[in-house]
Amino acid sequence: MSPSSVALVRRGRLRRIRRRRTVVAGLTVLLAVLFVTSLCVGHTVYPPYDALRVVLGDTVPGASFTVGRLRLPRVLTGALAGFAFGLAGATFQTLLRNMLASPDVIGISSGASAAAVFAIVVLGLGGTPVFLIAVPAGLAVALVIYLLTYRQGVLGVRLVLVGIGVGALLNSVVSYLLLRAPAWEVQEAMRWLTGSLGSAFWDGVGPLATGVLPLSAVLLLAGRSLTALQLGDDSARALGTRVGTSRLVLVLCAVGLTSLATATTGPIAFVAFLSGPVAHRLTGGNGSPLLPAALTGAALVLTADLIGQFAFDTRFPVGVVTGALGAPCLLWLLVRSRRTQGAL
Amino acid sequence: MTATRTLTVEAARFGYGGRTVIDGLDLRVPPGRVTVIVGANACGKSTLLRGMARLLAPERGAVLLDGKDIHRTPTRQVALALGLLPQSPAAPEGIAVADLVARGRNPHHSLLSRWTRADDAAVARAMEATGVLELADRPVDELSGGQRQRVWIAMALAQETDVLLLDEPTTYLDVTHQVEVLDLLTDLNHDRGTTVVMVLHDLNLAARYADHLVAVKDGALYATGDAAEVVTARTVADVFGLRAEVIEDPVSGAPLVLPLGRHRTLRRQGVSLTKR
Ligand SMILES: Nc1ncnc2c1ncn2[C@@H]1O[C@H](COP(=O)(O)OP(=O)(O)OP(=O)(O)O)[C@@H](O)[C@H]1O
Ligand SMILES: [Mg+2]
Repeated sequence: MSPSSVALVRRGRLRRIRRRRTVVAGLTVLLAVLFVTSLCVGHTVYPPYDALRVVLGDTVPGASFTVGRLRLPRVLTGALAGFAFGLAGATFQTLLRNMLASPDVIGISSGASAAAVFAIVVLGLGGTPVFLIAVPAGLAVALVIYLLTYRQGVLGVRLVLVGIGVGALLNSVVSYLLLRAPAWEVQEAMRWLTGSLGSAFWDGVGPLATGVLPLSAVLLLAGRSLTALQLGDDSARALGTRVGTSRLVLVLCAVGLTSLATATTGPIAFVAFLSGPVAHRLTGGNGSPLLPAALTGAALVLTADLIGQFAFDTRFPVGVVTGALGAPCLLWLLVRSRRTQGAL
Repeated sequence: MTATRTLTVEAARFGYGGRTVIDGLDLRVPPGRVTVIVGANACGKSTLLRGMARLLAPERGAVLLDGKDIHRTPTRQVALALGLLPQSPAAPEGIAVADLVARGRNPHHSLLSRWTRADDAAVARAMEATGVLELADRPVDELSGGQRQRVWIAMALAQETDVLLLDEPTTYLDVTHQVEVLDLLTDLNHDRGTTVVMVLHDLNLAARYADHLVAVKDGALYATGDAAEVVTARTVADVFGLRAEVIEDPVSGAPLVLPLGRHRTLRRQGVSLTKR
């Protein structure tokens, strides 16, 4: 073996690592810009300097209330939820080697959504107790889908189809509960149908962050075993991965993230589904897909919320915008899948 | 690296969800030699190999690596000693060839350890040996079946284990590359003392390259030993249900199987070479 071959291997590896780092850095900058923009723009426009001072705790007349009380929690909620959806979506898609297997398509967010609506409408709860119901409900739905699908370990397309069915069922539960509910604001109802940041205030940010941050940390650390599992169970195990444990940890974290975010913002349509593929396009599929997908998810939600609030005469909830963006992409993927020998 | 590891299967039963495929099988893999497993489709070759690689737990009996139950040894420790090329591995979408080969280094790393020059060197060595260095930066999903197969072999080589299990390493390969891969594995065996166990479908190549041949029939060992002992017209008839003539391969001296199909055989068989 010649030194030049080692150099060649090394060069290629470093080039791909650089590309991935550039993408992550670019997405981070984009996210920061979106973050600040969302704080500044609104009925009254504040200069970025004032907005940042508010974030850092200074008192700025006028801005302190609008930015500090209204916009900041909204942006934080959007970013956290987008991050969680993107991360969970990419985890599922990678684990099941199927783009359609994202938690919003296969009904896991519907589980959390239905449970949250049930907790609010029927049980009259609010705040953290809603989480405590939504997260186990998400897990339970994931388990049900798994049991309905499981047959000698063969997952894949059937899981997607079963998941879509379960999701449709649960969505009709959500609609029914919303219809029965007394005078609901449209904004609130939309939150549970397509996802909205319209009711994102400080009291929701704390619980969301407490759940999302540790789960994200675990998932990002477990990224290595996720990339090992991409090779299939046999190869992963032959390369020293503890397949069962890794998969369990990954699924639990991803379901937890989906449920937490859904319980706060509602199922923001297609963010989980789109983030992975978009990030994959950007990185070219190098390394773990998780961090780029998470950043993409957060950027997607903030962008869609800006569009929904300010691009039209009427304000649209964020989920309507992401839905309008996501549906064509879903169709495109379905059409394309015919060319990939029908594998969804 | 010449620590010869022993791999033995003791009265093992393997199956899938209540369906037994292999029962009471004993096998002692000769350390530092090339063992080839042959047998008809669905007779349990892959199942046996997966059991030996710790991918499938025996329902009864045990698989021992260096005398220790492989199923009680941590996955990573096994992965440092024993590499596997599965029958139909899956490549992640868009991954570059060199990155896939680099996955073979996984067991050598923990969560925090850094990629070293030695890792790059191992990857380069494996890619050079399998002739995929020119493909280094291409995405795996754009390769031909044979190129892809060589990339997977490179990944198993990059793992640098003392024991290498390969399930049909020559599928998809043209005849030149089949011989090349088998020569490569033989080199590995000669130079580094790697114990090679592989499943092959081509009986003639199996007979030529095996130090030790294992014929499996319906989940049980039918015959083991030298190619010359194992590959006989009778074994071929019993194991594969195929009428054949076995002569001496004039190139290697190993047995050469000439199948007798229903067509295209000269009336007078048993040509001029020595019959077995
Ligand atoms: N994952 C599985 N689940 C259930 N049954 C299986 C599974 N894998 C293999 N089998 C069954 O076990 C038997 C042996 O299969 P195995 O893959 O070991 O055969 P093989 O000798 O490798 O065949 P081939 O030459 O076609 O690769 C077959 O009857 C097969 O149907
Ligand atoms: Mg097989």
